[in-house]
This record gives sequence, C-alpha cells and structure tokens, in this order.
Amino acid sequence: MPLLKNGAVIDDKWRRLADEDPLPGTDAVIVTLARWRADRALAGRLGPLGLALKNSEPVQALAEELHYFELVVLEFPKFTDGRAYSQARLLRERHGFRGELRATGQVLLDQLLFMQRCGFDAFEIAKGQPVEAWRKATASFSVFYQPTGDGREAVDSLRRVLGGRA
Amino acid sequence: MYRYDEYDRTFVAERVAQFRDQVRRRLAGELTEDEFRALRLMNGLYLQLHAYMLRVAIPYGTLSSRQLRMLAHIARRYDRGFGHFTTRQNIQYNWIKLDEAPDLLADLAAVEMHGLQTSGNCIRNVTADHWAGVAPDEIEDPRIWCEIIRQWSTLHPEFSFLPRKFKVAVTGAPNDRAAVKVHDIGIRMHRNEAGEVGFEIIVGGGLGRTPMIGKTIRPFLPKRHLLSYLEAILRVYNEFGRRDNLFKSRIKILVHEIGAAEMTRRVEEEWALIRGGALDLPIETIAAIAAQFTPPPYASQPEGVAEIDALRFGEPGFARWLKTNVAAHREPGYAIVTLSLKPEGGPPGDASAAQMDAVADLADRHSFGEIRVTHEQNLILPDVPRVALPALWRALTALNLATPNAGKVTDLICCPGLDYCSLANARSIPVSQRLTLRFNDLARVHDIGDLKIKMSGCINACGHHHVGHIGLLGVDKGGEEFYQITLGGSAESDASLGAILGPAVSSAAVVDAVETIVDTYLAERRTGERFLDTYRRVGAEPFKERLYAAA
Repeated sequence: MPLLKNGAVIDDKWRRLADEDPLPGTDAVIVTLARWRADRALAGRLGPLGLALKNSEPVQALAEELHYFELVVLEFPKFTDGRAYSQARLLRERHGFRGELRATGQVLLDQLLFMQRCGFDAFEIAKGQPVEAWRKATASFSVFYQPTGDGREAVDSLRRVLGGRA
Repeated sequence: MYRYDEYDRTFVAERVAQFRDQVRRRLAGELTEDEFRALRLMNGLYLQLHAYMLRVAIPYGTLSSRQLRMLAHIARRYDRGFGHFTTRQNIQYNWIKLDEAPDLLADLAAVEMHGLQTSGNCIRNVTADHWAGVAPDEIEDPRIWCEIIRQWSTLHPEFSFLPRKFKVAVTGAPNDRAAVKVHDIGIRMHRNEAGEVGFEIIVGGGLGRTPMIGKTIRPFLPKRHLLSYLEAILRVYNEFGRRDNLFKSRIKILVHEIGAAEMTRRVEEEWALIRGGALDLPIETIAAIAAQFTPPPYASQPEGVAEIDALRFGEPGFARWLKTNVAAHREPGYAIVTLSLKPEGGPPGDASAAQMDAVADLADRHSFGEIRVTHEQNLILPDVPRVALPALWRALTALNLATPNAGKVTDLICCPGLDYCSLANARSIPVSQRLTLRFNDLARVHDIGDLKIKMSGCINACGHHHVGHIGLLGVDKGGEEFYQITLGGSAESDASLGAILGPAVSSAAVVDAVETIVDTYLAERRTGERFLDTYRRVGAEPFKERLYAAA
C-alpha cells in the first residue's frame, strides 16, 4: 500500500510481524502490543522496532516504554471511528513521542488535515492521489481555532499577539 | 453581537472552497456516496426523502437583520420560498439541489454564516438562552461563552469523529430557558459563595430513545478553565463512548453505565493533566469576546405609554399579545417580543421569505437590527422600546406573526416528521396543524394557560416530546400512524421526563385525545395551577381514566 510521509509517497521499509512469526535479524518490524508485552527479548533487539496499537489500547500505559519504538501505528478501522485522534495527541503532546506516527485502516484523503493536526506524519492510503491530496489538505486552511501540538498558532493567540481585531 | 474578524472570514471562505471541491469530486464520481456523506454532513447537508436538506447554523440563536435578509434570499433563490426554524435554533431548507449547495454556502459566507457542524458526529452548533443579554434574571450573557466554545469546537481535529453527535447548551440565568439538563453537556452560570461567577457542568442529559436528565459532575468551574474542562470531557467520551451500537453511543449512555461518580473521576483525572495549559483562557480573550456582546445604545424611555393602555382595553387581541408575547426586559422602558411562528393551521417553525424580510425591517426599526431564534421555534425581537409596541403589533398582525400564544397550548414544537424526514415513522406537521385549528379560540387558549406540547415523528425525539408537558411521539403500527402520549415532562429548571399515559392513539383520535387531556386538567386544576402543576399533584390516573374509559 502506498505510504505518504511528509507529503511524498515513499517506500515502506517496515514489515508487520504476526504474533507467531519468527523475529528476523535486524529488519524494521512492527509488532502488536500483545507481542511486545509477551516477548521481553524485543526490548534488547538491534533492528528498528515499531508498535501497532489498536484504538482500544490506552497509550498512557506505554509512557515509560515509548523510547523503544521508532514507529507507532494507530488504526482507523472505519474512518468514522475517531479514537486514534486522541491517541495520537496524547502520544505527541503528553508523552513526547518523536518517532513516526502512522495512520492505517480507512484513511481518507479528506481526513489528512485532522490527522496531521493531531500529530500523524505518515499515512497508509488505499486509493486516490495522495500527494495531490496532501497538498490540498495542508494548503486549504490558513486559520485554526484550537491549539494542538502541531506547531500552528491558533487564532486566539494570533489575535492577542497581533493586537486588536482586524 | 459577534462580528467576524479577518480570521473568521478567511476560515469560512476557505471552508466554502473546500466544500466546492468536494461536491465537484462527488459529481465527477471520485467520491463514493458513503465517503461524501461524512463530508456533506459536516457542512450541514442531509439527503432526505425528496431532496437535499441544508441546515444552517445560527450560533446561539442570534441573527442580525442583514443575516435574516440573506436567509430570505436563500429561501427564494435555492428553496421554495420557505425556511424552517428548528429546535436547535437553526434554520433548515428542505429543497436544495446538490450542485447549487456550494453557491448557497458562498452566499451565506457573505453574511458570516455557514452550515458547519449542524450535523455529523461532532460538537454541534452551541445553543443558549434565547433571552441572552436581555433577561431580567440573567447573571451574565451566555453567548460570550457560546462564542468561545464555537471557536474552540470549529473543525476540532480530535473531536470530529466522535461516537455520536454532541450538543452543548449554555444558560446564564437561574431560570433555564436553554434546556441545559437534556444536553450532552449543559453549562449553567452561577455565583459561588465567594461571589465569583463560574459554571456548573452537567453531563449526560439527552432525549432520543433513552431520555436522561444530565448529572452535575462539577458544581463550580472557574471561567478560565472552561475549554480545558470541555476538552477533558470530550476526550473521555471519545475514548470510552460506545461505538458498537448506534443507539447506545451518546455520552448519556456512558455516564449511565459507569455512573456519574466514575465519569467525574475520569474527567477530573484527564483535566488535571491539561488544566492551566494551552487552553487556559486569558482574561484578554474573554474580554475581547465579551466586548462583542455589549448592550445596544438604549435610550431613556417614557414611563407609561398611553397608546398601550388605550389599546389594551380596546383590542382584546392586543391585550392577549401583550400578556403572552411580550416579556419584561432588564432595561426600563424596553420589552422582549416573541414573534409566533405557530399561526392557526400553519406548520410550526416555518417562515416565508417575505416574512423574514419583513421581520428584518422591523428589527432595524424597533430592535437595533437584532433577531433571536428560540428552541421553541419562534423568533424574538429582543430590544423593543415599549412605546413601539402598538406599531409593532399592527405590523406583526399583518404578517400573521402576532398570534398571542407564546407558551400556550398552540405554541407547540414539532419536528419535520414524515413529510420530510427519512427517519420518521409518522407525520407531525399535519397533527400540529390540526391541533392549532382545534384550539383556535384564543380566550380558551388563554384560559388553559401555560402548556407545552412537544411532538416528534420518531423515537429520535427531535421534537423533544419527553420534556413536553404533553408529549406526542409518532409510532408506526402495522403501517398506520399512531401517537404515544406522555405527560409531565419539562425541560426547564425543574426538568423531568414525561411518563407514558397508555396505549398509543390513532392519527384520527390524537387531537381529541389532547383535548380530553386538557379538559381533564381544567376540571382538576386548583387556582393558579399550570397544567404541569396539576399533573404533578394528581398524577396520571384522572387523565388515564378520562382518556381510556370509553375504550
């Protein structure tokens, strides 16, 4: 599946490991939370490690372990199920996760901006024109009403900094 | 009232452009209906029985005359010359063509309006006391806080795909005219022992198929924390709200299942981690928004108005109107006037383009150019000098907007029902029309007194039937329209849910049934008792007996 990262489609170096699959040498692999919990050997592994979380698995419990992962994959089983937006913000803004934060599942192009605002920087996209969609999503709005951890200034602070009302 | 600045204007223009592109892609077949559905819903566009319906947000029910004229223009240009004011202080147009929707939204944007967040599983348009800023009993104007919430919730990236829709209402007065106890979040302003004004936060109220009265999870929240506290509630709901069953997905079910104490614990725990952060409201922000809601330049008014006294005795219609549709104002010499959208035989909440234009003119002449929409589906001129009341009454009479029935038996609220809505089981508009025809004797209407009838065409309860003194719910019985009757509901400070009286009655019998219930009240009431008081005193038995005795 095409992987959109930082506005470009790139090769995905990561491989998802089923819980019963043997652990390969130093390839970049993504494991489930269940496997991470069961297999403490993963913590001492040399190759890059990614973690796939279900949207019912609370991120708070992982706060002390996030430094083991270069990648966290969050899932949108349906685009209407928005739990991963909260997971993403908590990972970025509360727990300081700086690795790749990837959206998978039903990732629709019209949701890219919401996802990016919540901290996602990589997206598995099944159909459409991801690069064009990314350009549109990130260019279509210049005004944002709420502060998130995405670095954009929210309207309220702009109003206060620039003083007065236009 | 709040005026957009450059940021707001830019945002809405960008939103229109985005939606235009989405419509183009849908018409070109690049988007499936399922994918497009979520996008159009976020712009207030529904696909109904016969056509697209567009719901336009009227934030906290406040309109300028310029905006109302645009709503009239839209009714004429894109619809069939009518608009329908809803129980959430919005307006709906029922006959919209998809390819024209982007132009319509561009027209709305020209007067700082849009259809954002009037549908979809997001934080919906925030509602408020329709007497905000003018009510004598008000502590503070709730619209300041509605506007702050509106901005924070606009395209909130984290909370646009919640388990279900999310409705917030704010009241700034002890007499609750915003039904805050039957909202997902109800916010009630009050003073604590130290004399500071803050918020009581009520969570998990709602109607629909499982009606609930909300629970207070924080008795007093200082103002600066409002947004961080709301964000904490929404985050808890986004994580724990049920997504396995559409009918159990509102926050009221979560609060009910885990209990108010556990809900409080989870919210407070989350809030402890974000309070004082980026959402902390600076005093300057609150002051800048509050400055947009300063009262208009009231003038000193004469104490008595001779013409009013003369008309009161000469014109029974005027006397009745004065009694029901004119309310006391906080400013001496001014009045709050309700324009009834419940004329005899008319569909509740409908207004024609001509009426809207005329009301806009009257607002300019008599009410500083401001109009309000009530959740009871009427319009209000909030700032009328008493001296102008006779002229206003004559003008409204000519427009069929002076029916003296505000708060009375024929001031009923109802959803669009099966005439328009794809969810409905039964029609509601024709029943309400028949009811207003049955109770067309105004002397009798006034004798019956305060009585709220609320009617929904299906269990989703858009017509708030659970909190009607008399509630009517349309049900389908073997392909026929029946109506289930509940008595004793209230959405005000003494909020309660109505109790089912007995078996549903047929469409042919429902108006008679309501009349029997009203007659029973008249026979049972003690001096000074409203319908609801009598019902609460005597219980359902006398009503049941009279209504079902013959069966």
